[in-house]
Amino acid sequence: MRYVEEFRDPVAAKSILAAIEKVVDEIGATAEKPVYIMEICGGHTHAIFRYGLDRLTPAGLEFIHGPGCPVCVLPMSRIDECVEIAERPEVIFTTFGDAMRVPGSRKSLLQAKADGADIRMVYSPLDALEIARRTPDREVVFFGLGFETTTPSTALSIQQAARENLANFTVFCNHITVPPPIKVLLDDPSMVLDGFVGPGHVSMVIGTHPYDFIAADYGKPIVVAGFEPLDLLQSVLMVLEQIRDGRAEVENQYARVVPEEGNSVSLAAIADVYEPRPRFEWRGLGEIDASGLRIRDAYQSFDAEIRFKVGYGAGERSVQEPEGCACGQVMTGRVKPHQCPHYGTTCTPEMPLGALMVSSEGACAAYYQYGAMEAAE
Amino acid sequence: MCLGIPGQIVEITDASRLLAMADVSGVRREVNIACVLEGEPESLVGCWTLIHVGFAMSLIDEEEAAKTLEALRSLGEAQETLEAMAQGDAALEASR
Ligand code: SF4
Repeated sequence: MRYVEEFRDPVAAKSILAAIEKVVDEIGATAEKPVYIMEICGGHTHAIFRYGLDRLTPAGLEFIHGPGCPVCVLPMSRIDECVEIAERPEVIFTTFGDAMRVPGSRKSLLQAKADGADIRMVYSPLDALEIARRTPDREVVFFGLGFETTTPSTALSIQQAARENLANFTVFCNHITVPPPIKVLLDDPSMVLDGFVGPGHVSMVIGTHPYDFIAADYGKPIVVAGFEPLDLLQSVLMVLEQIRDGRAEVENQYARVVPEEGNSVSLAAIADVYEPRPRFEWRGLGEIDASGLRIRDAYQSFDAEIRFKVGYGAGERSVQEPEGCACGQVMTGRVKPHQCPHYGTTCTPEMPLGALMVSSEGACAAYYQYGAMEAAE
Repeated sequence: MCLGIPGQIVEITDASRLLAMADVSGVRREVNIACVLEGEPESLVGCWTLIHVGFAMSLIDEEEAAKTLEALRSLGEAQETLEAMAQGDAALEASR
């Protein structure tokens, strides 16, 4: 229990860990035949590694690190399109810093910036709006990226731009949604999954009902969790108890922040501005039906895909992922990061080859940062 | 990028655009309050919210705010968010 002392409340952590151990025993899970629990959210992946939860929990319990980091699941072709837009002389391209180092097939946004493109890192789409107001003679494009936590912020920004008739503001929309990829994973006969830890902040927006199908149609438990280490441990225990008792329910461990029905203002803004794309490509998972959002026709003038004629409207262009890259298999829990031939050699956080190395929420980066540390001890 | 950071609303700066000034770990940042607004904007002054990419997404109590901040600090997320805010300010400076 080397890491337990790092917890804010080590006594509570010890007692939850003891309970986890007991339930794992009751289920009869062992290192040879473990229970597999997937955490969907990249923030949870980061916390699991940071606090060493995977090492504190018994060998009969295995975490599978799901596709819950929006930077990690973005296909290379979309980065290529960002670079293409950003390299236009009239454009100021604004993006969250997280996306800067994701490799494209030609270059990353960081390299494009070094080569002279006007790319600016912003904290919020509100910053992009303000840049658009201040520079009416330039085209300001915001790289809209993220799951349901982030989607309302670009939706509300587009509504604001519409109210102000801002003519030089567009969004390159890459918003994606959590439930469809979970369904893909559950439909995959080679995936072994016994339960899920659900994302806390995504659920704060969409509520818990979008997960009902996981319990009702697939008979798997899911517990929406906060991301403090104790929240995570408690949620894992709740999932295990459901498995032991033969239950499959949607439970909410994070009720202090997540209302069952979600946030009505956010949901209304999303519904007003966006509609599902028929399909959207995910790195490592391929194309998934209705998993991405596009800007509705009513807000067409704020859609960068239309203004700059890129993206799904502009013909197919699938890009090959780097040779031997195991991102897809890591994201679906088929291999561990260190089993990828590139891990730690041709792919490191400083020089990422795959997206899972770029963001601290990616399984490979988390594994490298905290796993490598242990190997060096 | 999907975590939020707690901040306290200290002042309504533009009621028509639903903008308020928030204190985020000692740093001031204008945020949009549309998602947490029930009633008058002024009633939010003093409230703690979970802020994500410049939008107050949910009201939280002070104790939750303190716990969350501590967790974010140890994950390195708090620092990352504050740096992202500073980058945002720099990007705005560049277009003055
Ligand atoms: S080590 Fe790099 S290339 Fe391999 S799976 Fe991880 S991110 Fe992808």
